[in-house]
Amino acid sequence: MADVVVEHGRVARTASAHKRTGLHNALKRKSTVAFFLTLPLILLIALFVLYPALFSIHLATLNKSMQKFVGFGNFTFLFKRETFWMVVKQSCIFAVTAVFFKALIGFIVAHFVHNIPAKGQRKWRGMLLVPWVIPPAMSTLAWLWLFDPSYSAFNYTLSFFGIGPINWLGDAAWARFSVILVNVWYGAPFFLIMYLAALKSVPDQLYEAAAIDGANWWQKIWYVTLPMMRNIIAITTLFSLIVTFANFDIVRILTSGGPLDQTQIFATYAFRVGIESNDIPLGASVSLFMVPILAVAAIFILRDVNKRGNES
Amino acid sequence: MSTMAIDKAGPRRKVKYGSMSRDRAWALRWSYFFLVLFAIFFLTPPLYMVITSLKSSAEISAATNPWWVFHPTLANYVELLTSNQFLRFFWNSTIVSLVVVIVTMLISIPAAFALARMKFWGSTTLATGVFLTYLVPDSLLFIPLFKMLALVQDLTGITLLNRWYVLLFVYPTLTVPFCTWIMIGYFASIPKELDEAAIIDGASWLQTLTRIFIPVALPGLIAATIFAFTVSWAQFLYPLVFTTSIDQLVLPVGITTTLIKGDVFNWGQIMTGALLGAAPPLIIYAFLMDYYIAGLTAGATKG
Repeated sequence: MADVVVEHGRVARTASAHKRTGLHNALKRKSTVAFFLTLPLILLIALFVLYPALFSIHLATLNKSMQKFVGFGNFTFLFKRETFWMVVKQSCIFAVTAVFFKALIGFIVAHFVHNIPAKGQRKWRGMLLVPWVIPPAMSTLAWLWLFDPSYSAFNYTLSFFGIGPINWLGDAAWARFSVILVNVWYGAPFFLIMYLAALKSVPDQLYEAAAIDGANWWQKIWYVTLPMMRNIIAITTLFSLIVTFANFDIVRILTSGGPLDQTQIFATYAFRVGIESNDIPLGASVSLFMVPILAVAAIFILRDVNKRGNES
Repeated sequence: MSTMAIDKAGPRRKVKYGSMSRDRAWALRWSYFFLVLFAIFFLTPPLYMVITSLKSSAEISAATNPWWVFHPTLANYVELLTSNQFLRFFWNSTIVSLVVVIVTMLISIPAAFALARMKFWGSTTLATGVFLTYLVPDSLLFIPLFKMLALVQDLTGITLLNRWYVLLFVYPTLTVPFCTWIMIGYFASIPKELDEAAIIDGASWLQTLTRIFIPVALPGLIAATIFAFTVSWAQFLYPLVFTTSIDQLVLPVGITTTLIKGDVFNWGQIMTGALLGAAPPLIIYAFLMDYYIAGLTAGATKG
């Protein structure tokens, strides 16, 4: 509030110094300028984000040919389908497991990178971030080829250890594992970078104090590192939860939801129903089911980000 | 009593010191060991892409050791780089990404400037709204957007679906919110005295933006540009839904839909295509790694 007052005063002073226009005019000019500067942004968000979001709710209440209003018909139809509940279950398993392992691997590797002399850190960090840089559609193709049933490089390697050929993408359980593995591979570097930045911001004195008090490495992590990184861990995890929950590329390219819809998640199922089977209202209903979970995560992120902003 | 204590403390401290540095040396060795393991995990797929791209179809279907190239050949590269279809994908991707980067900057820089410096009615709400928009995933909006574009086509007769330029309208929804958000942070960190001095010297708001804010926040600008480019280059869902004709496809969709042809063993070509498709972001990353990482970490921190 104080900011606004000061700024108004300043604008008024400079304006009156140049020509004798009133305070009112200067104010009007500034807000007009601000309005025009933000107008493209507002239009973009309104036209291509807000409107489609509302339109999606409208679409979800229509029948397949989009002629008739059916109210919650699409939703009740979905509730009766076993496939839909499988999608809900699979999406949750997929998102929670993948995010957990991404965070865990990111945390562990961040410590290893932090441990080595500062000189080499840049090189290692650069190498370990590569999965995040490659477009996921491209890198998933490499995984698809690694998982290939008859020429699989993984099965070739495993055969030396006497482990029989694994049907990576054809068997439901293995397909679920593979999809999560690829997602962890793709997302862990992001956590690594965030945690590494957070680790660097923990003051060394805290560890020295803990060492003097006789803390072992586990106690240092539990009582110093984790509390200091709490906020960044929360934001990163929630953010990744949103992205992973809404993931499309990896599942689509790796399994297309198969075998028998066992690896289908919300985004791929919405695509299957809405675009491939041409039932747009039903597809819209499926993707709307993501909203509650995304909204909860978004609210928590917003709270944490604001808290972080206030601290600094 | 006190002398004994000192006597005891001396050697023990020395021993402990020695063991601590030995501990540290072991910790270092273990760190390197695990880092190598994780680097293998993270780098296997890209390396495997390189290995396969150097093999001929005959070598791949002969099922020899998949981790080694016995007869390296550049045939896959030559074939793809002389194929009009592949060059068309590459061209589409390039033009879409470049235009989207420019549009994103034109929208987000002025908006971020207004949101960071000019406190106006609803500015904080708008800033929060921008952040929330950034959290809206593409998989939530592709169906209504598809229907919306079809309706526009029906009403106005302007063909938007199945044209590469439709992507110019939808990609900014993914890039602008984040770029605006991080630019607000960078702009807000510029000392107020700087623009106050400019205004006292008689500069207009626009001059303050172009002469002071943009040059000072250049690192942030580069980070935002890299982000916008990588996102538009990698986007897969929107082009998959909105474009279908082969000459309208961008790289990720083009490679996945045209190169995968049932049981023909053209994995060499697929991997080459994927590698070439991954090359532009990788090259940018190799040269501008610090900006890339700055942009990545700026997203979760406010300024």
